[in-house]
Amino acid sequence: MQEHYGIALAFGLVAFLLMYVGFIIQKLISPKNKTELKMDTYECGEVPEGEGWLQFNIRFYVVALIFIIFDVEVVFLFPWAVVFKDMGFLTFVEVFVFVLILMVGLAYVWVKGDLDWVKMKLKYGAGRYSASRLHEAETK
Amino acid sequence: MGALNHKFNENILITSLDKLLNWSRSGSEWYFQFGLACCAIEMMSAAAARHDLERFGAMPRSSPRQADVMIVAGTVSLKMATRVKRLYEQMAEPKYVISMGSCANSGGPYWQHGYHVLKGVDQIVPVDIYIPGCPPRPEALIEGLLHLQKKMREEHVLAKKEV
Repeated sequence: MQEHYGIALAFGLVAFLLMYVGFIIQKLISPKNKTELKMDTYECGEVPEGEGWLQFNIRFYVVALIFIIFDVEVVFLFPWAVVFKDMGFLTFVEVFVFVLILMVGLAYVWVKGDLDWVKMKLKYGAGRYSASRLHEAETK
Repeated sequence: MGALNHKFNENILITSLDKLLNWSRSGSEWYFQFGLACCAIEMMSAAAARHDLERFGAMPRSSPRQADVMIVAGTVSLKMATRVKRLYEQMAEPKYVISMGSCANSGGPYWQHGYHVLKGVDQIVPVDIYIPGCPPRPEALIEGLLHLQKKMREEHVLAKKEV
């Protein structure tokens, strides 16, 4: 048993060292010519404009959150679908409860108006989304 | 240049290592697909199942960072020429250029009256292999790539450059 650990350690060491050997050989023999154009951002041959750091609309956050919820749902549903036949009625009920909870979440998001890109139901919205201005627009 | 490039006199060890490096380089001519006109159709056909460029280790890449060979396949308009130049500059060393078809070689049918066409891509990037034809058949492109392999195998990586 003991010598097996030794073999495993040797394998690990060789793997670890090989990685660095690769790095070092690459450093030594690869031709480099770092011109300004080469180190520039690749934008399909265009001259890059602006910064790589862009401000995304905060509303993408909600979209991403909703996506992750249903993404995880699918991840759970696929293995369930595979074993469903063998597992019987109980698993059906369990998954049903699981989906139901997520549906409640969806209903919540829907009621809150987060599924709309332009929020129409904002109670305390500012600017042109504020309730008072929306009301004005509707009454006009 | 890397620390060991072109530093050694030729001896059996260095030339053998060079051979190994050249062999590995020439065996993976990942090309930067630069389909600009009808030559691109022949290039796609060369990469597809019937002619299968991957037999020779040539594999289409969409980013200059991963490519070794730029196949300029088609008419280089003046507007595109600046992009061609920029993308060539953005490829990692070592880099090669194959000029495919009459348009890229010399302007082709546009060479006299094409006010918008670059008269040969070799005016902006150093071309290694010219492939004649309008457009060249996939076999011609394959031959071009094989010629480039031959050229790559004669290079010096560690050994000093010939004077």
